[in-house]
Amino acid sequence: MGQQISRRSFLKGGMAAAAGVAASSIPGTEALAAPDESKQLATLIDISKCIGCEACVDACSEVNAEKYPNPQKPFPKMVPNRVPVEDWSEKQDVNDRLTPYNWLFIQHAEVEINGAETELTIPRRCMHCVNPPCVKLCPWGAAKQLENGISRIDSDLCLGGSKCKKVCPWDIPQRQTGTGLYLDLMPSMAGNGVMYKCDRCYDRVADGELPACIEACPEDVQTIGPREEILKKARALAKETGGYIYGEKENGGTNTIYVSPVPFEELNKAVEKGKGKPHLKPVEDTMARANNLAAAMLIAPVAGIAAAVGKYINRSKTVSKGA
Amino acid sequence: MNQNLANTRVIGLPSRWIYLTTTFFLVLSGFGQMPIFKRYYIADIPGLGWLAKFFVTHYIHYLGAIVFLALTAFMIADYLISKRNSRHVTASGYVRIALLTGILISGAMLVIRNLTGTNFAPEFIIFLDLIHLGLVMVFLFVSLYCLIFKKHWTTER
Repeated sequence: MGQQISRRSFLKGGMAAAAGVAASSIPGTEALAAPDESKQLATLIDISKCIGCEACVDACSEVNAEKYPNPQKPFPKMVPNRVPVEDWSEKQDVNDRLTPYNWLFIQHAEVEINGAETELTIPRRCMHCVNPPCVKLCPWGAAKQLENGISRIDSDLCLGGSKCKKVCPWDIPQRQTGTGLYLDLMPSMAGNGVMYKCDRCYDRVADGELPACIEACPEDVQTIGPREEILKKARALAKETGGYIYGEKENGGTNTIYVSPVPFEELNKAVEKGKGKPHLKPVEDTMARANNLAAAMLIAPVAGIAAAVGKYINRSKTVSKGA
Repeated sequence: MNQNLANTRVIGLPSRWIYLTTTFFLVLSGFGQMPIFKRYYIADIPGLGWLAKFFVTHYIHYLGAIVFLALTAFMIADYLISKRNSRHVTASGYVRIALLTGILISGAMLVIRNLTGTNFAPEFIIFLDLIHLGLVMVFLFVSLYCLIFKKHWTTER
């Protein structure tokens, strides 16, 4: 009887403790986990300056051409039949959406500014989140986050599982079937190709150069710098122009900060969304829910030990009562 | 009478069921971290659609880990406090403890990896992923072996 009661109280007590901690966030751990904003590189994109000339899109394709896949056909048959074959190798010129061969594209939005119909053009690519789910949730570690906040997918390791795309709030990574490591493992049963997305020209940045899209832009739409500085600039610009910001808080914060003359709700309605064409909706911090449970994992063993001690004390009481 | 029956069990039924259920969901949600359940139609089974939702399996895995950590601590503390003098851990028990230790430590490192601001070296992350999966597979085989050949975690002194 004594044993049963303490097990029940273990369950109740342990769960209550875990739930209580999970429900509240612990200020100390937040401070520990705060990213070093002075090390992360962010980009400010001033939408009002963009003229949609696509110089950035062309520069991106040119500079990254050597990173593009060269899949060999025919592709090995994949099992089961429903596994989608995603082949862009003969559509490499498509640049009105994201593809494995096009990591940046211009989104168009017809909006009203001061009563006049205007077309705004928006360069769209990976947002380079501060805590990127594509990097953190890849089951193999094929996606990496550099110290400067840039996230990139290693095309030598990626198996093309596409989980990164599914957990990305904007569905950014794009798959090319028939290329990559999966061909050397079990090509019919596991893997599907390699995922591709903007890597912020990490190799150029490492050499002290600008990402290709920033260098090519004739209108200085983009500014790159330490995150803290870029956020200050974005807030100042928004204040000065009565503009709106996107990317500062989305998904827990990204390193791509858009400033727009019209609210992003309007922009989101106006742009064409779909496969390879990301939205501009608000995005909650997708990693937060589970990360908030991390503190409960520290409390859990304590609860277990407490339950064992409680059981022992209960049993001692029962035994001494019996005697 | 009932008291005697209860005393013949080394580990009570509730603990046993918690262990089995939690391990089941941990293994299921753990394998669900890889994009296999949708590919192989398992998520098409009515009621199992959640297996293809990555943030759901991720959360369930964390919940399972919390329960498993509490249970493990309880089992170890209970053994040290109440059973150390009457029972000793068997060889197969030590093997399973060693495997679980590796799984729990690599799992804890992966939880830390997921926090905002953590930036482990890419090679280390790959190592953690493979170790975590590898040890789980070995643990499952060892557990199956122990189940078939009735190898207990502890025996009487």
